[in-house]
Amino acid sequence: MIEILSNAALATVQDLGRNGSLRWGVGTSGAMDDLALAAGNLMLGNPVGAAGIEIPVFPFKLRFGADCAFALTGADCDARLDERPLLPWWTHRARAGEVLALGVPKGPMRASRALLCLSGGVDVPEVLGSRSTQLRGAFGGFEGRALKRGDVLRCGHDGHGRPTGFGLVPPALAMPLQRDGIAAVRVLPAAEYLAFEPASREAFWNRDWKITAQSDRYGYRLDGEALRPIAPMELLSHGIVPGVIQVPHSGQPIVQMRDAQPSGGYPKFGTVIEADLWRLGQAPIGSRIRFIETTWAQAVAARDEARQWLAKVERMVSLHCSARGAR
Amino acid sequence: MNAPPATPAFSLLGTTALLFEAPGAFDLEAQQRIWALAKEAEAWPEIREAVPGMKNLMLTFVEPPQTLDALQERLMAAWQAARPLARSGRVVELPVVYGGTGGPHMADVVAHTGLSVEQIVELHSAPLYPVYALGSHPGYCYLGGMDPRLATPRRKVPVMSIPGGAVSIGGAQTGVSASAGPSGWNTIGSTTMSFFDPAAEPPAALQPGDMIRFRVEAVLR
Repeated sequence: MIEILSNAALATVQDLGRNGSLRWGVGTSGAMDDLALAAGNLMLGNPVGAAGIEIPVFPFKLRFGADCAFALTGADCDARLDERPLLPWWTHRARAGEVLALGVPKGPMRASRALLCLSGGVDVPEVLGSRSTQLRGAFGGFEGRALKRGDVLRCGHDGHGRPTGFGLVPPALAMPLQRDGIAAVRVLPAAEYLAFEPASREAFWNRDWKITAQSDRYGYRLDGEALRPIAPMELLSHGIVPGVIQVPHSGQPIVQMRDAQPSGGYPKFGTVIEADLWRLGQAPIGSRIRFIETTWAQAVAARDEARQWLAKVERMVSLHCSARGAR
Repeated sequence: MNAPPATPAFSLLGTTALLFEAPGAFDLEAQQRIWALAKEAEAWPEIREAVPGMKNLMLTFVEPPQTLDALQERLMAAWQAARPLARSGRVVELPVVYGGTGGPHMADVVAHTGLSVEQIVELHSAPLYPVYALGSHPGYCYLGGMDPRLATPRRKVPVMSIPGGAVSIGGAQTGVSASAGPSGWNTIGSTTMSFFDPAAEPPAALQPGDMIRFRVEAVLR
């Protein structure tokens, strides 16, 4: 059991997303950094898709109401348990009454969201097959909203007997991706790609894009050279997914993120591939990113690479736990 | 609106989904063929969900296939064979207050269409609008049948939030927001209706094939 001590921090309960309700207009939601959530769960022996807490604004504090094993992944944010400093991408054990405090993200990874996984997962009801918060629909997660001071959340179990005190090399270090020293994500061209001016297509791949302050879990509004269509386009509404890069008439692209609506009508320049969404999900507001053109085969291979990394995490955790158990 | 494509178009939405866009005119019969195609494709093992859009269909993958050729061929054959799937839905009447603070973009629609507020209200409230598809946000219905004279481009920059119940026009389409959120459409009025209950079965109040009529409750300036 934990009690939230911070207000207005936009922290939400998220799992790996709500699949199968697009036909009702329900987007997937889910952790902006799915690898961080999955890895945190695996370290605790949870199901890979158990619900955790995504924390995007700092400082953030909570109190453990009972003993609990937990994992901190995502942004390295100078975490402390009471006064004890905690390592990032690491498993820990809290005693009843201890306060977990997360500070402003630091370190070479320059990530923007911390993921807190609790032993047994955050125990909130499943709605339409997921525990993720559907902010637009005001359901799922904890009462369908962001967490606030005084909220009390239960975790699945206390993780008693489960080894803690070990960690991982974060995927940002294990699988780095940059272009000209700037954080990069891979993009598959989408339906209207060729309907943009050649100069705009070139600018898209070769220029930096700034993540503006008008960016959130719904979408990242980017600032850079305006992308010009060869002729104006007005499309019929169609399904879209997180990662789709829409270009409204202003020419400044918007990347759809995890809380994106499941359909839209602005021209689609490309899609940030599923395997790289976590990279973008961790890119801070005000930072710059680059786009790298990719192919279907490369995008599928990138997805496999992320899976293999998680499989390696699972093997490492299980070896570690059996070694501890044998002592 | 851009000219409709002469042949079906396939495009990628990353490795998450494939988008199929039907050729030809956009009318109820074309949309009924999309419903038929969705019904067939959702039974295919590699498909997680077949989601109808407006004369298009999004197929999300359980696992992205190594190559797409076989799926595209199968989809093409299924589209050629698809017969319109008629659905006899129910009719729902929604009282609308046009203009005023609940219709902040009425002036933009007036400016673009050259019609008066009265003409816009008359044309907008005349048809029986069939629900073509659900999308955008929980319970939201995309409607067919808007008078083409009302068509107004989506906004240059989307609005960060419009309220639930907003009646709006985006391109050649019209619809009602089921909850507050960002939108690139032009809001011309407001209504009240509960479109979504996650505990209900099905959770959305309206389905493709149901119909909406907008009744003029008031016109404000």
